Amino acid sequence: MANRVAIVAVAQTRYHPNREDVNEGELAYEAIAQVIGETGLDFSEDGGIGLAITSSDDYWDGRTISNNIVQAAVGAHMSDEGKVCEDGLNAIYSAYTRIVSGRQDLVIVCSHMKESQADKSMVENLTMDPMFLRPFGIDYLTASALQARCYMEKYGITSEQCAKVAVKNRGNARNNPFAQEPLAITVDDVLNSEVMADPIRLLDSKPVSDGACAMILASEERARKLTAKPIWILGVSNCYEAHYLGERDLAACDALSTAAQKAYRMADIKDPVREIQVAEICEEFSYQELLWYAGLGLCGAGEGGRLIDSGVTQMGGSLAVNPSGGMLSGVPNIVGGMSRAAEIVLQLRGEAAARQVEGPRIGLAHGYTGMCGQLQCVMVLGN
Amino acid sequence: MEGWTIEQLEGKDVFVIEGQVAIPNNYSAGIVGSRFLVELRDNCRIMGIRCPKCDRCYVPPKSTCMECFGQLTEFVEVGKSGTLLTFTVDHHTTPVQTASPPNVYGIIKLDGADTGLLHLIGEVDGKAVKSGMRLEAVFNEERRGSILDIKYFRPAEAG
Ligand SMILES: [Zn+2]
Repeated sequence: MANRVAIVAVAQTRYHPNREDVNEGELAYEAIAQVIGETGLDFSEDGGIGLAITSSDDYWDGRTISNNIVQAAVGAHMSDEGKVCEDGLNAIYSAYTRIVSGRQDLVIVCSHMKESQADKSMVENLTMDPMFLRPFGIDYLTASALQARCYMEKYGITSEQCAKVAVKNRGNARNNPFAQEPLAITVDDVLNSEVMADPIRLLDSKPVSDGACAMILASEERARKLTAKPIWILGVSNCYEAHYLGERDLAACDALSTAAQKAYRMADIKDPVREIQVAEICEEFSYQELLWYAGLGLCGAGEGGRLIDSGVTQMGGSLAVNPSGGMLSGVPNIVGGMSRAAEIVLQLRGEAAARQVEGPRIGLAHGYTGMCGQLQCVMVLGN
Repeated sequence: MEGWTIEQLEGKDVFVIEGQVAIPNNYSAGIVGSRFLVELRDNCRIMGIRCPKCDRCYVPPKSTCMECFGQLTEFVEVGKSGTLLTFTVDHHTTPVQTASPPNVYGIIKLDGADTGLLHLIGEVDGKAVKSGMRLEAVFNEERRGSILDIKYFRPAEAG
């Protein structure tokens, strides 16, 4: 049996539309200082944190090697360091493998992003193939609108059902002190908001957001000494699919299905709906939560609309999804997946305060990177 | 500088520097992509590439089959017409847009292709665009070896 790995401390900044008062390093440090303070750990060679893995994005940060500026803040000075230029859940995955291998017993991870620093559409357009996609001047919103229609038309998903996701998540955010834009809105408010790229409306989309998230991962031996409430990584996997939209079935999310099935197999989850009590998933647009439900095996293909209608994923339902308010309430890209995992850790520790789900034992965290969820990462956590 | 603390500084006198990442790049279209672009430019032909093992025709063409990882060499001309798989009437304004909104984008499965081609849809009101409709390519008079040598796709003549 491989080494077990636990998350022993988590912290997030409050998410904010524009943190121009701090640079990326200072922003990251707000979360770093909390996990260091909570565990009393340092970066000494003897028994300290042996590795820092950050996740950030060069183009969003406007500098290549975007981890340069957080080097001191995350304890990477004269130390082992790694960077994941992908959603932060992949940084946790990376840290996990270092501990499982026995190479490290304590790793700090941090995901930081100031979306306010750059224009979203320009950054996203630059991620696209320069011959066949970039010349159209599109961004992820346009791409997601193509996916949303494909998915909705194939399965008869309605705009009302998508709007319910926005209403649920923005409403849940009212219980989350870290949330940027908690809102008491109705389905009609969403349906009457400005059309951005048909069928996606303004309130179906997440706002521009700045913030950081940090956590400390430990081997079982170290975790037991650091906390009475270690949260174990029971399963994790990621999966990557085609970049070019026309090569994918946009009404499905095959990469997510594969990642989820692998993570469940590793965690010995056979029936995710019955065995998982709380999930935090990344949804930059409301339709995505419904599509990802199926990818995550929480319902059958095309049944995401029925699942949201059933109320199962609401607070108080048997599988609450995004009690924190998700990304729709304002969480930056890149930070998304790590912040989802941090929320699951709080849930499993019973420390999620007003957004606490009753007595969860198994939680699910999800993050994606790229256009229409090209890279998907799934993590199963348990207390 | 005496007497300053972080608390006193916080949120005050924030200095924000404007800058930009601007690096001209020269991207090779590669062996397969170049053939596609040259055929578009010189002959108004839309070329796909077929994997004989998977019996799958990629448009735009690519060098490696993503199903079997085989090297692809078998170019085939696909139709200039096809079926609309999905679309969006895009209203939001961005600095990267090539034309002011609304723009209509779609993914079109050309006759003979097994993948969809992302392109603009023109000569039709956004409200009249429907998934499943037949579209045909309209080529620019002046072509320079670009995916935009196809000006857009428009509703195909009936029959
Ligand atoms: Zn093949």
